[in-house]
Amino acid sequence: MRNRTQKSQQQKSVRDLKIGESGEISSLNDPEMALKLLEMGCIPGAEVKLNSKAPFGDPVTIIVNDYTLSLRLDEAETILLK
Amino acid sequence: MAIMIEAEAPEAKKATVHQPVARIALIGNPNSGKTSLFNQLTGLNQKVGNFPGVTVDKKTGLSQLTPQLKAQIIDLPGSYSLYPKSLDERVIIDLLYDPTTNQRPDLVIVTADASNLKRNLLLFTQLADLRIPAVLALNMMDVAEAEGVKIDIDMLQRDLGVPVIPMNARKGVGIAALKIVVSQQLTATEASFFELPERLRPVVDQIKGRFKLNNDYLALHYAHQYKHLRFLSEDDRVWMAQLLEKQDFRSSTEQANETIARYVRINEVLLDVVRVEKAKEEEKFSNKLDQILTHRVYGYLIFMGLLFMVFQAVFAWASYPMDLIDEGIAALNGLIQANFSGPLINLLTEGVIAGLGGVLIFIPQIAILFAFIAILEETGYMARVTFMMDKIMRKFGLNGKSVVPLISGVACAVPAVMSARTIENWKDRMITIFVTPLMSCSARIPVYTVLIALVVPEVYYFGFMNLQGIVLMGLYLLGFVSAILSALLLKVVLKARERSYFIMEFPVYRMPRWKNVGLTIFEKSKTFVLEAGKIIVAVSIILWVLASYGPGDSFERAEERAVAEAEVKGLNETQTDNLISSYQLESSYAGQFGHAIEPAIRPLGYDWKIGIALLTSFAAREVFVGTISTIYSIGEEENVTTIKDKLMSEKDADGNPFFTPARSFSLLIFYAFAMQCISTLAIVRRETKSWTWPLAQLVYMTGLAYVSAFAVFQLMS
Repeated sequence: MRNRTQKSQQQKSVRDLKIGESGEISSLNDPEMALKLLEMGCIPGAEVKLNSKAPFGDPVTIIVNDYTLSLRLDEAETILLK
Repeated sequence: MAIMIEAEAPEAKKATVHQPVARIALIGNPNSGKTSLFNQLTGLNQKVGNFPGVTVDKKTGLSQLTPQLKAQIIDLPGSYSLYPKSLDERVIIDLLYDPTTNQRPDLVIVTADASNLKRNLLLFTQLADLRIPAVLALNMMDVAEAEGVKIDIDMLQRDLGVPVIPMNARKGVGIAALKIVVSQQLTATEASFFELPERLRPVVDQIKGRFKLNNDYLALHYAHQYKHLRFLSEDDRVWMAQLLEKQDFRSSTEQANETIARYVRINEVLLDVVRVEKAKEEEKFSNKLDQILTHRVYGYLIFMGLLFMVFQAVFAWASYPMDLIDEGIAALNGLIQANFSGPLINLLTEGVIAGLGGVLIFIPQIAILFAFIAILEETGYMARVTFMMDKIMRKFGLNGKSVVPLISGVACAVPAVMSARTIENWKDRMITIFVTPLMSCSARIPVYTVLIALVVPEVYYFGFMNLQGIVLMGLYLLGFVSAILSALLLKVVLKARERSYFIMEFPVYRMPRWKNVGLTIFEKSKTFVLEAGKIIVAVSIILWVLASYGPGDSFERAEERAVAEAEVKGLNETQTDNLISSYQLESSYAGQFGHAIEPAIRPLGYDWKIGIALLTSFAAREVFVGTISTIYSIGEEENVTTIKDKLMSEKDADGNPFFTPARSFSLLIFYAFAMQCISTLAIVRRETKSWTWPLAQLVYMTGLAYVSAFAVFQLMS
């Protein structure tokens, strides 16, 4: 857990995007969550855009592969960007 | 009676279909139009059963492919891949991999959303590598076209090696072509979409040897999923665990690598097949709408407004058909009783038909509630509700998706508990199911109405706020608050089996498909009548026996006593009859039960008469009113004012009014919390597959009711 937080501090994740901002996925750092995200189209190399945030800032919606996904902030945090 | 006929119908259908029927499974991503396609193929020819050993609904239906050929269509739960993430999805691997089942499909129809082909093809490529004969139903061609997505069908067909049918299942376009294609003998594709990495070769070869498999990819799935394959023996599992340990097999890493490799391959295929010509307009429209509908102020206001409308509909609109059902049942009973008599006729009218009436009366509310839920789900709005509520609900150990069951619980806990199925996470789902019955359901309304009328004066504040209405609202709020707090308690107590995640597709807004809405209403009502109905009727009969018979000649003596007293008081015939019923109920087994539990309920302010009502309302809360009417010899007239007047004149041993505010509020609180619904217990047992949950609910809720009612009575008196 410690390791993960340190890593995400160094590297930008979807969590750090502003609304309307895009980034390219470099890797997914949570093995359990990774498979679900991969199946939903969050593949390394794909472009991801932060689309909107729920009223209290969490969950968020992202656009990847031309369609919209909603996910929680701590899930968004596992999608690392280049 | 209707229930028996309903239950036998599927058997009869099975018997008439003797010719070999092709078995076709429908499989595809959620939101890929699978349900629409299923409805188009089967129409009303559907039935809902269970997959063996699990509580996942199995929707099957017959489809006339050609004049000569019928096929059985199985609707599998929507899934993104063959690596299941929820209980529902596990059904797919059970059905496809189990060599012992005779339910294996001869063919799968893979539905894919043409406007989002890349992600939809992932599941297809997995099925293709399993060498299962497949057809690709390229659905939502209209949406794809509107978005400027051009698909070269011929090339796609060549690359995938299976027939590809462009279609629009919502409108029925392409159904005829699909039927013709699947009626032909189809073979599996030759194309391969995933090359087994060399490092996995030893594992795969050993599994193939032991289980006599000839497909590499199937063997790989054994390795990934052996813990969940129910047809494997304990020996097999131990062997597998040792093999995987020895070979250092990393399941989740390999699954992730495979998925990435598949996407690379899919991208290669789609490179020449799909061309996008213009930007999406619909998405922009959805986004604009979302700025209002998920706005931090308007979003919640609109949601509240919608809820208000749904409640209005459930209460106001449903009351007309409910009255009709009520009157119909009463008329039927009257007709039978006028022409026949005897103990069996009494059992039929007061036990069976009355119990049946108690089931049918809920259908209007369930139908209306599910009509709204289906529309909100179809339009994509429900995903927004989940999205807006998730953060708040999570604080209480719930999930954004718990909102639907909790709201539905206000109409009836039975369909509400069923609707908790969309929650993938085990812990979130159990907590939701556990607390949903605390929401004030419509069966509590008759009890609330009578008791509130009894102790709360009909005063108006500011000309429109009715005090009785405010108390009623307070009871609903109490239900909600207790549900939320109980969830919080469970969040601490329960251990999570898996991590909770929220990743889901955020659909664009679209018009509801009315056919799907109609089928949802039909199916939910049917499930309620069949699942809850049989238990309610059974318990009603038992309770009727308990209330209609007493030990020895106690009934004759009760009648003599009543007649003697009536003569002294000079009562008329109806009043005498009511008095007889009242005395007979007192001397019945139910009456004896009431006397027996009186010491236990006296601290709550209740006497044996209320004890009887508590017993009889165990099957269904609203029976309280009927029992109270009988026991206070009010007769069959269940008019609130009559009951109210009668109860108000009831005196305790010292000659003071019996129904003091303390007693009435104690009863109100008791009915707000107590688990007095055998149908809910039955459905919870079905949904959780264990008696632990319903029993825990029974103990917890009834305990909560007892303690709270005790506190209220002691504090108020």
